[in-house]
Amino acid sequence: MYRSHVLVCGGTGCTSSGSEEIIQALQAEIDKNGLTSEVSVVKTGCHGLCALGPIMIVYPEASFYSMVKVEDIPEIVSEHLLKGRVVTRLLYNETVTEDGMKSLSDTAFYKKQHRIALRNCGVINPENIDEYIGTDGYQALGKVLTEMTPDEVIQVVLDSGLRGRGGAGFPTGRKWQMARNFVQDGGQKYVCCNADEGDPGAFMDRSVLEGDPHVVLEAMTIAGYAIGASQGYIYVRAEYPIAVERLRIAIGQAREYGLLGNNIFGTDFSFDIDLRLGAGAFVCGEETALMTSIEGNRGEPRPRPPFPAVKGLFARPTILNNVETYANIPQIILHGANWFASMGTEKSKGTKVFALGGKINNTGLVEIPMGTTLREVIEEIGGGIPDGKKFKAAQTGGPSGGCIPAEHYDVPIDYDNLLAIGSMMGSGGLIVMDEDNCMVDIAKFFLEFTVDESCGKCTPCRVGTKRMYEMLDKITKGQATLEDLDKLEELCYYIKENALCGLGQTAPNPVLSTLRYFRDEYVAHVVEKRCPAGVCKALLSYTIDADKCKGCTLCARNCPANAITGAVKEPHVIDQSKCIKCGACMEKCRFSAISKK
Amino acid sequence: MKSLEELKAIRDRMQGQVGMRSEDDTQTRVVVGMATCGIASGARPVLTALSDLVQEKNLHNVSVTQTGCIGLCQFEPIVEVFEPGQEKVTYIKMTPEKAKDVVEQHLIQGRIVKDYIIPKTLG
Amino acid sequence: MANVNIKINGMAVSAPEGSTILEAAKIAGIDIPTLCFLKDINEIGACRMCVVEVKGARSLVAACVYPINEGMEVFTNTPKVLDSRKKTLQLILSTHDRKCLSCVRSGNCELQKLCRDLKVDDEHLYDGERIEYEIDNSAAHMYRDNNKCVLCRRCSAVCDKIQGVGVIGANERGFKTNLSSAFEMGLGETSCVSCGQCIAVCPTGAISEKDNTNEVFAAIADPEKVVLVQTAPAVRAGLGEAFGYPIGTNVEGKMVAALRRLGFDKVFDTNFSADLTIMEEATEFLDRFSNGGVLPLITSCSPGWVKYCEHYFPDMTENLSSCKSPQQMFGAIAKSYYAEKMGIDPKSIVMVSIMPCTAKKFEIGRDDEGRDGMADVDIALTVRELSRMIERAGLNFSALPDEEFDDPLGIYTGAGVIFGATGGVMEAALRTAVYKLTGDEAGPVDFTEVRGVEGIKEATYNVNGTEVKVAVASGLKNAKELLTKVKNGEANYHFIEIMGCPGGCVNGGGQPQVHASIRNFTDIRAIRAKALYDIDAASKLRKSHENPAIKELYETYLGEPGSHKAHELLHTTYVKRGLYN
Repeated sequence: MYRSHVLVCGGTGCTSSGSEEIIQALQAEIDKNGLTSEVSVVKTGCHGLCALGPIMIVYPEASFYSMVKVEDIPEIVSEHLLKGRVVTRLLYNETVTEDGMKSLSDTAFYKKQHRIALRNCGVINPENIDEYIGTDGYQALGKVLTEMTPDEVIQVVLDSGLRGRGGAGFPTGRKWQMARNFVQDGGQKYVCCNADEGDPGAFMDRSVLEGDPHVVLEAMTIAGYAIGASQGYIYVRAEYPIAVERLRIAIGQAREYGLLGNNIFGTDFSFDIDLRLGAGAFVCGEETALMTSIEGNRGEPRPRPPFPAVKGLFARPTILNNVETYANIPQIILHGANWFASMGTEKSKGTKVFALGGKINNTGLVEIPMGTTLREVIEEIGGGIPDGKKFKAAQTGGPSGGCIPAEHYDVPIDYDNLLAIGSMMGSGGLIVMDEDNCMVDIAKFFLEFTVDESCGKCTPCRVGTKRMYEMLDKITKGQATLEDLDKLEELCYYIKENALCGLGQTAPNPVLSTLRYFRDEYVAHVVEKRCPAGVCKALLSYTIDADKCKGCTLCARNCPANAITGAVKEPHVIDQSKCIKCGACMEKCRFSAISKK
Repeated sequence: MKSLEELKAIRDRMQGQVGMRSEDDTQTRVVVGMATCGIASGARPVLTALSDLVQEKNLHNVSVTQTGCIGLCQFEPIVEVFEPGQEKVTYIKMTPEKAKDVVEQHLIQGRIVKDYIIPKTLG
Repeated sequence: MANVNIKINGMAVSAPEGSTILEAAKIAGIDIPTLCFLKDINEIGACRMCVVEVKGARSLVAACVYPINEGMEVFTNTPKVLDSRKKTLQLILSTHDRKCLSCVRSGNCELQKLCRDLKVDDEHLYDGERIEYEIDNSAAHMYRDNNKCVLCRRCSAVCDKIQGVGVIGANERGFKTNLSSAFEMGLGETSCVSCGQCIAVCPTGAISEKDNTNEVFAAIADPEKVVLVQTAPAVRAGLGEAFGYPIGTNVEGKMVAALRRLGFDKVFDTNFSADLTIMEEATEFLDRFSNGGVLPLITSCSPGWVKYCEHYFPDMTENLSSCKSPQQMFGAIAKSYYAEKMGIDPKSIVMVSIMPCTAKKFEIGRDDEGRDGMADVDIALTVRELSRMIERAGLNFSALPDEEFDDPLGIYTGAGVIFGATGGVMEAALRTAVYKLTGDEAGPVDFTEVRGVEGIKEATYNVNGTEVKVAVASGLKNAKELLTKVKNGEANYHFIEIMGCPGGCVNGGGQPQVHASIRNFTDIRAIRAKALYDIDAASKLRKSHENPAIKELYETYLGEPGSHKAHELLHTTYVKRGLYN
């Protein structure tokens, strides 16, 4: 038995910052010091503070080491693990106080978080089913199969108020009820898991799958029991190799334990799960496209109705939930609907996982109770905006969402509030923008993504978004007129009304929400041919202030386009016709003589 | 696995393991001095014995941890027991056998093993 | 089935449960415009032409696939709806090669009609980047011009879901989405069977048959050439549509008059060689049936089906009748028997055929057809090409007199004419086979069990105490289903008729295109077939062996059916292609 556990994050973020090497070095050092039988090294899922990776936590002391390097390993082992002296200099600085170590849960990053979906992430070894069972794993399934009827299960989920975490927020219990009620012929039904997370910058589902894969299997099995299905599919994108591998291992272990397969816990209920890998099309995260893809066809949405609960996968009744939605289910079953419903706002219960990105200090993954304000998330949990810059807007909901301006900084985050202010919950990407971001450019960025990822089935999305992008491009180049702006807005509303699937219908949102809150920026581009944030290259010009220029020639030597001329010790000049607006000159100038406008 | 009982058995076995990974302040902490002085006077077998026994007895609310030099080198190996809301108890000149008594009497039954504690005059 | 009550534009409408808004509106006398929708074939709600407002719905809905439910309130003509449809068209036009003046579908283009109906007054509104596509002319029978494609996917749906071929589908995605074959292969390199159903359903000029009309005009103008023409049975049931006649009008007489006025030297009828086919095929069947030959015998009249068999069921080519198709038999006889009889050098004959079919364009170039370096048929035209020739020559079709075919290759029986409908070959063969087995001149004529548009039909006949089990399939997906059963031993037949196109040649890939707005509510297969069965019923001679011209042909030239000479001229071989050859 081990007296100490060293948890090293093996999520995608920390893996890419070198946690594999850390684990190897750590194990070797532990072996060398004869601690093999005393100290256990556990590769876990994501802790959330991805910006500080690779992350290592030593229990039972709960010492949180951040940005660990291979060179630090001998010291950690000989000092901490052998002699019991915490290596203070490597601790996450937020946990260090004058009188010693502060508990991790007291740090600003974790204090306001409440981890339900992520409760095991960073805590257990995701490749070991026993560890999941050790944290009450599969207890909910046991309870459901031996003590509850399917209707009771659905009632609990209904009463909990859980809504789909994939973005649209449809009540999960209602979805299950619809599928359960469809008993026309007693044939096969399916339970699907949407693990095709594709919003730029979002990685909530990946973290759950990597850190706690069994929770998804357990929840899907519960769902199978509730609606009367015997087969489940997890549709996971192939770009998540670690998640895929851990799911494979988890499914194998669950089958070995009889937690998947025939007659689970000796009951009449049988259920199995298979993986299907997505090839990276964003649209396959749309439920009907996802099912079409599982069926082996080109991943394209199909019209609804019929809804999947009536006619879904292989034309059979199907429920499809997102990873994070499933991750809540076992806890709801174990702690009851009221426990879950006690968290959050009136219509949005429980917690939501967000991936923080953009202009924010603590980029990473957080799980907060519904109703937390944007200000709390950004200022407190996220540690604020770097370099003391001013908050301008937050983008939620990815390419389907919108930008929330500073005036709504204190709106409690939930499904309905975000919708009301022109954005949406989405799957949980939260990108922070400061005064240096051009909102037209942001809208164009998301449109470019949508144009790229449109499946091409319906006209409004296939051609309409492309035309929108072209109009935005014209605006950022200063070639548009106010009539173009009207035409753009009209086209936005047309696409919203006419596109076939949710992705197309929401594709104009980034444009509409920025038009709503930042119309003056659009107008500045169109009328004044000026980009207020100084982002849109075509509208920028770099100039040298002759009074400040010392003629050091540094700018001229660094200009890749040879656009700067001038004699030594004489003021230099930029030839605007040659300038490619890369900004290299301004960066190099030691006299602040170069400005852009 | 064909029954809930089998599942519960695995859970009970594992809870001691993963239970360590929390910062629960209802936990009793058993701290072993593991500085050079402690190790030299035999703290390692004591630490091993303590952590093994805690696991063996399924004491989910007890964590065994280590610390540096407590400053009473002549009494090493030293083991301190911190119970929530209680005063610290310091056992001195520990051996694996004494450790067993501490686990059985103190940690399980709640009776301090008076014979092993540091004399009041010194504490 | 119960009816559902809804309101459309404020008016009460009652429609059967399970109807779509489009169908309910049709009942109410409202034609909602559609573009991608093809009933039972392409129900994907993709183009968004048919959007309507439904009270309470979050956005506009596609009427073509949206089911009605009790109390629903639908609005089909609000400014929002009309403006949306117009914008959809303008977006489509922004990617469309708008060479309407010279387009083969000008005047018959569904997109063009929609633009006119919906008052698209600014076709340039959304102009922007447009991808230039190369035209694919690698197939023998057709070309594809993606510059005119509207991505409705009707072609890929019919190819995959109806024909079970699936050699064309969407490649790339988003704005770059285009309809093409796997790995951008030319269609001619794929296992496309040349059926032309994609052409028949294409709303625009993106897919069209290869036009050979100029070659025909040139041959007619060449004084050295004797230009003969034959017309397939189903042509007379389809051609009229190109000149405003109702679907299913028999225009045989005017067709003959038109061909004569176009300058063909003789106007003959493929019905003649259909009768000839029966003589050979019935003989072949009775031979296989009595002498333990390979059964079931499967008909070989449909070159689309033959190519399908070669690609997809290469191990069943032995089951195919060795008879050439009526088109090819006609050409072979014209360039031998007829040439000899008339004292014409067969090399000076240009044999033109008018076919409801595009696979015929492929068939005439097969290595295993023709003789002495001469093709049996030189040019195969579709019905559409003929209609364009008539227009180009300025013939006022409806004002033409009704004329008769030339002798002797224009003489036919009722058995020959029903070749154009699914089950017709089987029925014609049964008429002659039963006679041959029983010797009874007054034997049965009507074998109604094998008539009708169902995809697969089965029947068992007792002839002289022997059971003859037959099956008929049309549409290649149906053929696949039937043959798979035969291969797996789940069904067994003596004789099978297969036609490549659903409903047979009356619905062939070479027939005039019928707008989806009509196709979706009319069974053109059944209506056109009726024209042929009416001709049959009115015929004095209804069995192929009674055709006097056929009798003379055997007596004076071929000898017996199945004779050496008959084999040399009228029979052929097949290629085991497999999927990738």
